[in-house]
Amino acid sequence: MSSATLDVVRAGPLVTIQDGGRPGLMRFGVPASGPMDSFAHAAANIALERLQTSTAIEVSLGGLTVRCATGRVTVAVCGGEFHVQHNRKQFPPWSVISLEPGDELSLNAGRSGSWCYLAMLGDLRSRRWLGSASTHVRSGLGGGAVNVGDDLVLDDAMVDFALDGPIEIPVGVAGPHQLRVVLGPQLDRFAPGAVDTFLDGSYRLTSDYDRMGVRLDGPTLKLFDALAIPSSPIVRGSLQVAGDGVPTLLFADHQTTGGYPKIATVITDDAIRATQLRAGDAVGFTAIDPATAVALTRTIANERARQLTVIAKRRGPWARQLLATNLISGIYHPHADGAIS
Amino acid sequence: MINRPTVVPVADHSVLVVFAEEFNTVALSRIHALDAAIAMNPPKGLTEVVPALVNLLVRFDPFATDHAAITADVLALLDVPPTEVSGRHHTIEVCYDAPHAPDLAVVAQRTGLPLDAVIEQHLEGAYRVGMYGFAPGFAYLYGTPAAIGLPRNPTPGPSVPAGSVIIAAQQCIVTPTDMSTGWFAIGRSSAEMLLRHEERPFRFDVGDTVSFSRINAARLDDQFAQRATDTR
Repeated sequence: MSSATLDVVRAGPLVTIQDGGRPGLMRFGVPASGPMDSFAHAAANIALERLQTSTAIEVSLGGLTVRCATGRVTVAVCGGEFHVQHNRKQFPPWSVISLEPGDELSLNAGRSGSWCYLAMLGDLRSRRWLGSASTHVRSGLGGGAVNVGDDLVLDDAMVDFALDGPIEIPVGVAGPHQLRVVLGPQLDRFAPGAVDTFLDGSYRLTSDYDRMGVRLDGPTLKLFDALAIPSSPIVRGSLQVAGDGVPTLLFADHQTTGGYPKIATVITDDAIRATQLRAGDAVGFTAIDPATAVALTRTIANERARQLTVIAKRRGPWARQLLATNLISGIYHPHADGAIS
Repeated sequence: MINRPTVVPVADHSVLVVFAEEFNTVALSRIHALDAAIAMNPPKGLTEVVPALVNLLVRFDPFATDHAAITADVLALLDVPPTEVSGRHHTIEVCYDAPHAPDLAVVAQRTGLPLDAVIEQHLEGAYRVGMYGFAPGFAYLYGTPAAIGLPRNPTPGPSVPAGSVIIAAQQCIVTPTDMSTGWFAIGRSSAEMLLRHEERPFRFDVGDTVSFSRINAARLDDQFAQRATDTR
């Protein structure tokens, strides 16, 4: 089996190795971690016909440039609207590209979105912790950060030129400006009127933003008393309110328990989508009841599964086109139509 | 008759089972009993249980169940007669000598106790693993005697190394990593909290009991030297 090496020429902060995460260990203080935008991460893997939880690289707004040093490998990029450049040629933000030795791939912050994923048709050698390569940034456990000078080694690397080309971006993957929440679970810790203030108010994401969560800016929410509550479990999407009345929305690397009351919790898909918002973006909250939340989540999850199936089936027409091209010309040059049309 | 816990929905995937508003050991025991009962009889759709100090989070797969159904399943488990709680017991060896006990003198000063009395109090405590939190492997032990239970400092002090035995109020932690803390570091252990073992990655489970025994600095140094040899 062949291997490939990608040299890291440039990497911003918070570029990390992530697979499907390590759920089920919250009782030991370990959050699931995994990708901030788990749908985009899954899409990038699916586009390469890999398991959707395969190890990939999460790229922050700081960006990433890799150079293919040895071997050849097909990669996929999905996520926010990043600038994707292959040998200085612009590609769509969701693309599959085959890299040859000497090729350079650059991913840079674009018009919108905070994270994108680089999946690879090969097994990225990485440290694992508790059965997962996902990086928990605060402890550095798991695969870890990707830094300038690193050599990313891919075992069983392959190229599949038939996969090359743009991926149609599914509907509803951008950061939503209205997030659906179920109120609570510590509503009784808030002063009368706090819930109305929260639901009527408009908030902005601040730059106090990392994989643990993002602090919001907007109307403050009065608590009955400033005293912390006994530490209680936190989940992704929890909106915890510190003594200063400012809510923080929690993400993939959240602490597992905390002493601040939670006024509401964002439903699963909206909490994933919210990771693509940026500092300065406005966000509001709509309360729905728990039964509606479950029904909605079932509908949304089915739709997301359908969208992934569409991406997985890309190969159909491409492979047929390749076959037709081969029949006509007898030879297929992969980069002839790889660029943006 | 003990009060039934209240159950509060969380997002589209969990319920929070609330036993008390403020920390107390009765509520903690009930949380640990329910945690054990759920592990023995997992309700349909259960994906994860997170025990905390006054409540317990029950997470579910929204395709398999919903808030109402899993609430009924969990509440039914409260009626299951409590079995003998089968938590492990751990004895952790601690060195309370300088330079491994940077805050021992502060605790002695603020409590008005001689140094040896602070150590004796800590050794006499019967500790239970209440919950994990803060960061991977941070097990909050409960049982620090009131005589040495100071409120933590409002701002974190200088960094203490992994294995530090730190106390505040009723709580005690053997730190799994180096950290800066407002708690009081009164000793040091060579026991690792993260076991680097796939089957059993953490030394403690919630509900386990812990006691401490005293060793001198020479013994601690030996243990560290031994560990360095083992891992070489």
